[in-house]
Amino acid sequence: MTEALRTMRGEWLLEYFRYRELFYFLVWRDVKIRYKQTVLGAAWAVIQPFFMMIVFTLFFGRMAGIDSEGVPYPVFSYSALVPWTYFQQAMPLSGNSLLANSRLISKVYFPRAIIPAAAALGGVVDFFIAAVVLVAIMLYYGFPLGWGLLLWPVLLVPTVAFVVAVGMIFSALNVKYRDIKYTIPFFIQAMLFVSPVIYPTSAVPEQYQTLLRLNPMVGLINAFRAAALPGRTIDLGELGVSIAVITGLLIVATIYFRKTERAFADLI
Amino acid sequence: MTEAIRVENLSKQYRLGALKHETMLRDVIVNALRMRRRRRDVNTILALDDVSFSVEEGEVVGIVGRNGAGKSTLLKILSRITYPTAGRVRVRGRVASLIEVGTGFHDELTGRENIYLNGSILGMRKREIEERFSKIVDFAGVEKFIDTPIKRYSSGMRLRLGFAVAAHMDPDVLFVDEVLAVGDAEFQKRCLNAMDDLRSGGRTVLFVSHNMSAIESLCPRTIWVDAGKLREDGPSGEVIHSYLTTFAEASGDGHDLTQIAGRGGNGAARYTRIEFMDAEGNPVTVFRTGEPLRARLHFQVHEAVKDPRFALRVFSDMGALIATISSYVAGCTIAGMQPGSGYIDLVIPSLPLLPRRYYVSLWLVMPGQPYDILDHCLALDVDVPTSGVHKGRGMHSRWGLIWVPSEWRVNMPGA
Repeated sequence: MTEALRTMRGEWLLEYFRYRELFYFLVWRDVKIRYKQTVLGAAWAVIQPFFMMIVFTLFFGRMAGIDSEGVPYPVFSYSALVPWTYFQQAMPLSGNSLLANSRLISKVYFPRAIIPAAAALGGVVDFFIAAVVLVAIMLYYGFPLGWGLLLWPVLLVPTVAFVVAVGMIFSALNVKYRDIKYTIPFFIQAMLFVSPVIYPTSAVPEQYQTLLRLNPMVGLINAFRAAALPGRTIDLGELGVSIAVITGLLIVATIYFRKTERAFADLI
Repeated sequence: MTEAIRVENLSKQYRLGALKHETMLRDVIVNALRMRRRRRDVNTILALDDVSFSVEEGEVVGIVGRNGAGKSTLLKILSRITYPTAGRVRVRGRVASLIEVGTGFHDELTGRENIYLNGSILGMRKREIEERFSKIVDFAGVEKFIDTPIKRYSSGMRLRLGFAVAAHMDPDVLFVDEVLAVGDAEFQKRCLNAMDDLRSGGRTVLFVSHNMSAIESLCPRTIWVDAGKLREDGPSGEVIHSYLTTFAEASGDGHDLTQIAGRGGNGAARYTRIEFMDAEGNPVTVFRTGEPLRARLHFQVHEAVKDPRFALRVFSDMGALIATISSYVAGCTIAGMQPGSGYIDLVIPSLPLLPRRYYVSLWLVMPGQPYDILDHCLALDVDVPTSGVHKGRGMHSRWGLIWVPSEWRVNMPGA
């Protein structure tokens, strides 16, 4: 086996395959630590989206009277809050992951993108726990459980890919510019307002909807909601736009990351 | 013989500005808005400057050099942690590098979990870790605590666990950076034994250390890196000898310490000068076994420091640490010092070193925070005493390193 320092074209992809076990262990570490460090452990995965649902229901459902497309507002918002909460928690973890693992970066070699990717994947356990509660809420409101729920794990794949892409860009920027971390909460807040968590896409004036769909979370959240609730079909065109944007972002993220990763150990 | 490592014209440049200061996007934007070009960091240093060498398969090579000479940068480039500015590196075979013991250990995880995590970080396969698990636990001696979170481990246990994992890697090429500098004597012995096993296992090893006797005993060949350049490459005995002779010689009229490059510590306080005197305070030019000696350490405090501890460490000409003479151990406690300059006298009633050349390091630290570290900053030649009761009888370097003042009382009829 020969390992040349100057890896050949395309060989870096093979390198990621070679380091798959480290990737697995880093995800495992993140999950393990998260549940060890908190008293409530797995309950956090539910508490956050559940309370957001109550707050949204009171303020937006009741007081503002936002249209929830014929579904009780709690079900309407919670079905979106599950994927949204995943995004909101995993994205900052991924975006700050390189700095959080600076020891590893300055002391050992491994393909660097493993770090933001592992951080993004660590949050999916919370996602599934929160999804189980969605089933309970639907049963409470007397909704029939459809086969569509089985599409949730499938829809999670592009969602994780989106977090990985954004996380790679932010984490690489974070190494170079230390104040990037302050923009992450702002970015997430802005994303909440341009994603159909609180309101349905139909509430947005028609001429802005196309623009809105450039945000990949729009197609994804609508698809998650359509898959869970009865009598709805996933808008494949909208979902296709999301996946196309995510793919584009992943390519940009990979190019930028590959360009900057060589200097990580010197800057961190 | 096949070549295991090949380094060709390797250079690594660091921008001084980018090294320590954190860049803020804010500043970049503000400067762009003011139409002002960002001030270019023209201050660069060459951590490595056109270094070339090659290592055969199965060779064990020591790397010596002062702090900041580029030894660690070299290992980091070879281990692919950082990239060279110019030049090429080729390493054949499975590489493992040990730049730190226990990298990636997490306090909340148990010993067992950390073995798996650390092992995979060091590049081991899960299957390999499973196979060697019981050996690792044995080596570390932590059977009872294997399912306890390592935040409950002592620092010694952590270190042993970290080294145990590292010692069970099975690489073709191994890079080791100064891991032996930590831990107690027992631990260091274990590490050296493990290193010896690696050597006899036919692996190629590059070993960076300040411990000259360890290098001398483990590595037949040594490379000396000085100010980023390869200064000498050859049999360890010769290279170590010429490396050690470059240290400044101590003399009576004092020695300026401000110009020394590659010093450690955060610089809150710095040594400026060292003077040697006899009991009456007259400068001494020759140091003699058994005679009184006073070392006056001048220093400059730049920022207020707490609990400063002064220490003078004495090494043999082969690099073995003989003594650490510390103000703390001697019971001299100083609560704090404000900016300004001053000196501290170290009084040695009777110099216990046998005639030989010694090297001295100076430390100015508080626990957990070094202010100033001057490694091997000067050489000290000790000579045979000419006066006094001993008159130099039997005082020779072949009898050892230190002279122990003693009295003998015989008890035998007729003697």
